[in-house]
Amino acid sequence: MSIELKNVTKQFGSVPAVNDVTFGVGDGQLVALLGPSGCGKTTVLRMISGLETPTGGDIFVRGKRVNDVPVQKRNIGFVFQGYALFKSMSVADNIAFGLKIKRWPKADRDARVAELITLLGLKDLERRYPHQLSGGQRQRVALARALAPKPDVLLLDEPFAAVDAKIRQDLREMLVNLHHELKVTTIFVTHDQEEAMEVSNRIVIFDKGRLAQIGTPREVYEEPASEFVARFVGVMNVLDCEVRDGMARFGELEFPTHGVADGQRLRVGFRPYAVQVSNELTAYRHRALLRHTYFLGVLLRLELELPSGLIIRARMSKEEYARLNLSEGREVSMQIRQYRVLAREGESLPPEVSVTHSLALSPGEGI
Amino acid sequence: MAAIPQRKFAAGQRKSQRGTEESPFVKWTLIAVALLFSLVFLLLPLVNVFAQAFAKGFTVYWEALHHPDTVSAIRLTLLVTVICVPINVLFGLAAAWAITKFDFRGKSLLITLIDLPFSVSPVVAGLMFVVLFGLQGYFGDWLDRNDVKIIFAVPGIVLATLFVTFPFVARELIPIMQAAGSDQEQSALTLGANGWQTFWYVTLPSVKMGLLYGTILCIARCVGEFGAVSVVSGHITGQTDTIPLHVEKLYNEYHGAAAFAVASILAMGALLTLGLKTWLEWREAKMEEGHQPSADSHQLSGAESNVADG
Amino acid sequence: MGFTLFYLSVLVLVPIAGLFLRVFQLSWPEFWKLATTDRALAAYQLTFGASLVAAFINAIFGTLLAWVLVRYEFPGRRLIDALVDFPFALPTAVAGLTLANLFAANGWLGQFLVPLGIKGAFTPLGVVIALTFVGMPFVVRTLQPVLEHLDRDMEEAAATLGAGRLRTFVSVIAPTLLPPVMTGFALAFARAIGEYGSVVFISGNIPKKTEIAPYLIVIRLEEYDYLGAMALAVVLLVISFALLVAINVLEQWANRFSR
Repeated sequence: MSIELKNVTKQFGSVPAVNDVTFGVGDGQLVALLGPSGCGKTTVLRMISGLETPTGGDIFVRGKRVNDVPVQKRNIGFVFQGYALFKSMSVADNIAFGLKIKRWPKADRDARVAELITLLGLKDLERRYPHQLSGGQRQRVALARALAPKPDVLLLDEPFAAVDAKIRQDLREMLVNLHHELKVTTIFVTHDQEEAMEVSNRIVIFDKGRLAQIGTPREVYEEPASEFVARFVGVMNVLDCEVRDGMARFGELEFPTHGVADGQRLRVGFRPYAVQVSNELTAYRHRALLRHTYFLGVLLRLELELPSGLIIRARMSKEEYARLNLSEGREVSMQIRQYRVLAREGESLPPEVSVTHSLALSPGEGI
Repeated sequence: MAAIPQRKFAAGQRKSQRGTEESPFVKWTLIAVALLFSLVFLLLPLVNVFAQAFAKGFTVYWEALHHPDTVSAIRLTLLVTVICVPINVLFGLAAAWAITKFDFRGKSLLITLIDLPFSVSPVVAGLMFVVLFGLQGYFGDWLDRNDVKIIFAVPGIVLATLFVTFPFVARELIPIMQAAGSDQEQSALTLGANGWQTFWYVTLPSVKMGLLYGTILCIARCVGEFGAVSVVSGHITGQTDTIPLHVEKLYNEYHGAAAFAVASILAMGALLTLGLKTWLEWREAKMEEGHQPSADSHQLSGAESNVADG
Repeated sequence: MGFTLFYLSVLVLVPIAGLFLRVFQLSWPEFWKLATTDRALAAYQLTFGASLVAAFINAIFGTLLAWVLVRYEFPGRRLIDALVDFPFALPTAVAGLTLANLFAANGWLGQFLVPLGIKGAFTPLGVVIALTFVGMPFVVRTLQPVLEHLDRDMEEAAATLGAGRLRTFVSVIAPTLLPPVMTGFALAFARAIGEYGSVVFISGNIPKKTEIAPYLIVIRLEEYDYLGAMALAVVLLVISFALLVAINVLEQWANRFSR
């Protein structure tokens, strides 16, 4: 393990920002810390860097406890959300700063700066000052500066939040390529689940300062450990069902349950990809009206309305859509191939989840 | 994004951070030096005014304030203030309005001109009016023949005071109006308001605080101006002495306690100014807090994001 | 618009023009003689020397004060923060009065300092003290907002790259603070050169020793030597203008790294 956190807690005053978090990151991994605003992910990153000291628990780097090692001695590279480039220094001086601190000889320093300039595509910008650069260029300078002293770990705080969509895509690819090439253990913070899925090979999900799940992108998507993870990662149809005759029911939909007493309430969720749709009205059990089709590139999102007025989100590829000869306003048949029980009666639900929930339930609303 | 609410807590907590904070020794040394400097140059001069004013007892203090010359100095100072402040507030508004709402050639020159009285020595300012209106001045002969007295009389004091106090309101307003931009005015115009209504209902309320602050500074300077007024007043006791001039006269005539007694009025005015300023800043800070947008506005983005459902 | 220009010209341009026109009626040697008498030269020397020293003191202690007020929490911080503007709010005559009293042989500070040979009243040092007092808010108030908005991330970035506190201050923080400190310095200097009220009380106005240039103008006026007064005034005015230009240039330079 390259980095290990054991029962790490951080309190700001009486507010616990990070609560009893334990996880490890292997050598050379590219890990995303994912969660909504204020879930403590940035604080975790800052504690790993040494910019913040944990109020409880231990942090290990390569087996050595680093709680008392000041940030200057941890040999990390940190990329800040706002880049934090030194405004009064040129691009080259920014990149060379850490090398100067570490007293590299001038020749080695120049060579290393040149190397990074090439690696990050910053040719001809060496003499510029940060205020003369575009957002994407600044980001690359920040990366180069962090990488220059050959850090053991690269830490990035919301690295792509401040650039526009097109450049964000380029930068993501660049980060993946860089990681592939340099193999440096990398941890980055993001609130964007799509970004976490696309870039990282492991995702650590936080919810209100606690660890919610850790796994590969596929694992957290297909086997969410909790309702929070299920809702936060990807889109999900969520229904509050009542159990009658051994089935959880909502409107005309029913989901088999095992050993749940009648009269209980269950919360059931299913992904759009788990909804099967056919143009033959008898192919599947339920009839539905195709109300809307959203084009999302290769994939399409369908909005189906059941006779009871319930709206369900489904997904299919463009080719499939064409093959079935579908169009808005057509009647189709459908069934749910796979679902999960998200919560049982009595378990309290986080309030912000309830908001999305009511959206999903009210007919004729939302996506 | 995620970092914003966390950083707010962090600011208070950073103290314990190694590496990004100075060591406690350095920190407290710096604080001690700063405190000592403020003690000598801020606190002691202030406390000393009141201590000296009451050094000879309350009776001396009371008599000094009730002396007819003091009373007439106070009256003159109030008169000058009442004349100068409204004029300069009006000018400040007009100038700030002209500078921020219109584009014209020589705009930066105009801004520089408004700042000019700040950088001209008050004595030189006074002298300039003597050159214009004094006996040997440009208009001196004419004024003398028509028996109009400006220099060594109240009008001269008013003019000199107008000169030194006129940047205050404009200087406060220009940055505020520039920051506010003209979006609000334009939307008011699209809603059918005419120019005057727009000014009255939109522009004025949004610069209210700055206007008040500028006015307070303007009043403080009107009351306290010494150099410029000293040159044009002629120092006629009971007639053309303002409060600061009266303080100087008492001091030169070795009435130390009386000088401090009169000075204590001015010091109280200064404290009042500071108090009002602090209060205004506090109010503004509070209003800004109320306008902070909620950081949770994108709570739902994860659940609604639609590309990754694959 | 018209009103603004009219008011501005009546109140500012006409008097300044009047002063210059009067002085231009003099020939150059005449002007030179009036503006550079021994007494005047001594007064310039004191005015500029003391102003420069006072502005330096303010640059150093003002930076320190601003730093302490923004970065640290300590008892009395709010009080001092509010009091920083006190020299602006206090009429200069009162400032001079109380400072003269504080540093006099029997004053609160003078009783300790005078036996040590530090005489504040009626010495050039007194002039420096008064000018330091009136110029103090400038550096603090120009620096404070810059410090408040200073990107903490920049300091943290330096720390993650291995820089210690001193190194961070010297190579990351100081370059950002230098322009506002210099602007504050120039403002304090400009104010000190023209200052009159606070100085006349504490300096004693001894010709060629503790007499500042603005005071000499007043003396010339009282002697009805109008031309002498005007010559001195023109010298001060020209310097004020030059400083005003310098301050504007400084401010533009200070903004070069932003945006």
